[in-house]
Amino acid sequence: MRIKSQRDFASGVLFSAFGVAFAWGATTYNVGTGARMGPGYFPLVVGVLIAIMGVLITLKALTVKTEDGEPIGRFAWRPLVFIIGANLVFGVLLVGVHSWGLPAMGLIVAIYALTFVASLAGDQFKAKEVFVLATVLAIGSYVAFELALKLNFPIWPAFIG
Amino acid sequence: MDLITNLSIGFGVAFTAQNLIYAFVGCLLGTLIGVLPGIGPVATIAMLLPATYGLPPEAALIMLAGIYYGAQYGGSTTAILVNLPGEASSVVTVIDGYQMARKGRAGPALAAAGLGSFFAGCAGTLILAAFAPPLTEVALKFGPAEYFSLMVLGLIGAVVLASGSLLKAVAMILLGLAFGLVGTDVNSGVARYSFDIPELTDGISFIAIAMGVFGYGEIIANLATPSDQREVFTAKVKGLMPTKEDFQRMTPAVLRGTALGSVLGILPGGGALMSAFASYTIEKKIKLKKGEVPFGQGNIRGVAGPESANNAGAQTSFIPLLTLGIPPNAVMALMVGAMTIHNIQPGPQVMTSNPELFWGLIASMWIGNLMLIVLNLPLIGMWIKLLTIPYKWLFPAIVLFCAVGVYSENNNTFEIWMVAIFGVIGYLFHKLKCEPAPLLLGLILGPMMEEYLRRALLISRGDWSVLVTRPMSASLLAIAVVLLVVVLLPSVKAKREEAFVEE
Repeated sequence: MRIKSQRDFASGVLFSAFGVAFAWGATTYNVGTGARMGPGYFPLVVGVLIAIMGVLITLKALTVKTEDGEPIGRFAWRPLVFIIGANLVFGVLLVGVHSWGLPAMGLIVAIYALTFVASLAGDQFKAKEVFVLATVLAIGSYVAFELALKLNFPIWPAFIG
Repeated sequence: MDLITNLSIGFGVAFTAQNLIYAFVGCLLGTLIGVLPGIGPVATIAMLLPATYGLPPEAALIMLAGIYYGAQYGGSTTAILVNLPGEASSVVTVIDGYQMARKGRAGPALAAAGLGSFFAGCAGTLILAAFAPPLTEVALKFGPAEYFSLMVLGLIGAVVLASGSLLKAVAMILLGLAFGLVGTDVNSGVARYSFDIPELTDGISFIAIAMGVFGYGEIIANLATPSDQREVFTAKVKGLMPTKEDFQRMTPAVLRGTALGSVLGILPGGGALMSAFASYTIEKKIKLKKGEVPFGQGNIRGVAGPESANNAGAQTSFIPLLTLGIPPNAVMALMVGAMTIHNIQPGPQVMTSNPELFWGLIASMWIGNLMLIVLNLPLIGMWIKLLTIPYKWLFPAIVLFCAVGVYSENNNTFEIWMVAIFGVIGYLFHKLKCEPAPLLLGLILGPMMEEYLRRALLISRGDWSVLVTRPMSASLLAIAVVLLVVVLLPSVKAKREEAFVEE
């Protein structure tokens, strides 16, 4: 048996695995009966249904012909890593990580870091341009989030402010 | 007349300085994100939700609603001038709108889209005002069994009308239901799937999911495709007024689009996108008059119809939300979130318990449409300038707003880690062609469905037949089954796929 649609095959397998895991997780809670549903009842039903859908999708991927085999294609690692990375760097710098001994660096530093890391995800990177963009974003955010919306973020590094 | 008194309450609320400002901000933001390709109303509303904590509920909902219908106006500008849909619901406007622009008729195309949207928006608002009260009456008679069946119907409807694979859409809904169940079970106090992480006992924040999947997931997908050269018709917009002939041709198209959009907007899974597709298909089927440009080469009906339909659909999709408390599409799912943030339980009781909110929101939509036509036609030049901003400056800003948005929800970095995880998952969905909108619906409806099912079965002492022995519940489920069967019929199935792969 050959895989007719790579995309559907992968989706089906992932859905099945998630469904089984979710249903198995549900059984660790009290399932109960229909009249007196425990916390595990509805999750069990949902988990089983997901697993069934997963199996159906997998079967379809193995039987229904498609024109080009519906390949998943290459993962765009560069944007994936840098966009998610920019987000993580922002979180780490904004308030710091106590268990690593990292102090909070505040919003302004975090914005510069986020802009630089995120810009690496694109195909052109000009440090000067990114610096200008980061400055604009930093000033804009300070005005919008601190002065206008009063969101109470740490603004400057903890050891200065 | 009741309608008049109600609307006058509404206009009283909407015409306060504060609410006018928020309506304007919403419309402005909506047009902005509508014009900019690569960021849609779902991500924007999710981003702004935390910022509305401090606002009164009327102002918050008026602003968020403005973003949704404002985006329908803005999307057409990009479609016509850049050959790119600024918004998903403008996909079909691209076809004839861009051709009109290439022939030097960008002005009339923009005017047709704007005027059509305005008419449709006003009509949609009136329909919303007229139909909401009677529907609310019906909804008040619903018991838990009916509600459960209604949600099943809503979810099935969402799948049937959604694009792409039916099986995967159902699986995505169920996945949403599963994510929605994470957190403390209200009845037993058991923390489900929390893995001993204290933040997870409150459940996964749907803001983190919406932003991760719709914000980050889409940015990554956009960056993965190389930026191609776009041709922007900036200098060529002059003479906005359509000719008399244009008016004659677009008027029936606008009327048809409005009617179609109003109906499709109410249906679960409907809303702006579906309405635009359906309207274009119908306009194309109607015979060309003498001297008319064929479709695909710049026919004004191909712009006026879909643009009216998507705006009408955007307005009437508020009907199921405001009367039944059931979101028909992903944007409305976020509106449910906005209401719960302000301690308003969406459902039929909103009209009686919060009449100012209910009628104020409806009245604000009419005002908003008026603001939008001013924003979009006389001030078109401003938006055209925006189109020249390169994406490489935009996406870091979007990443920043997403990160700030999730963090400010609880002032907790845990949400930032969550949005990162869902960003990766969102990109995976994109690679596997799993349409993420149904997931958001399931996520919102999951806890509600569990609760209603639990109550229904508690009353019936565990007898599942309660779902089919109560007539209203049975008919709702029957409609759901019929919908599924109809869609699976080979002839309809082929048509459905054809409709979505149109161009």
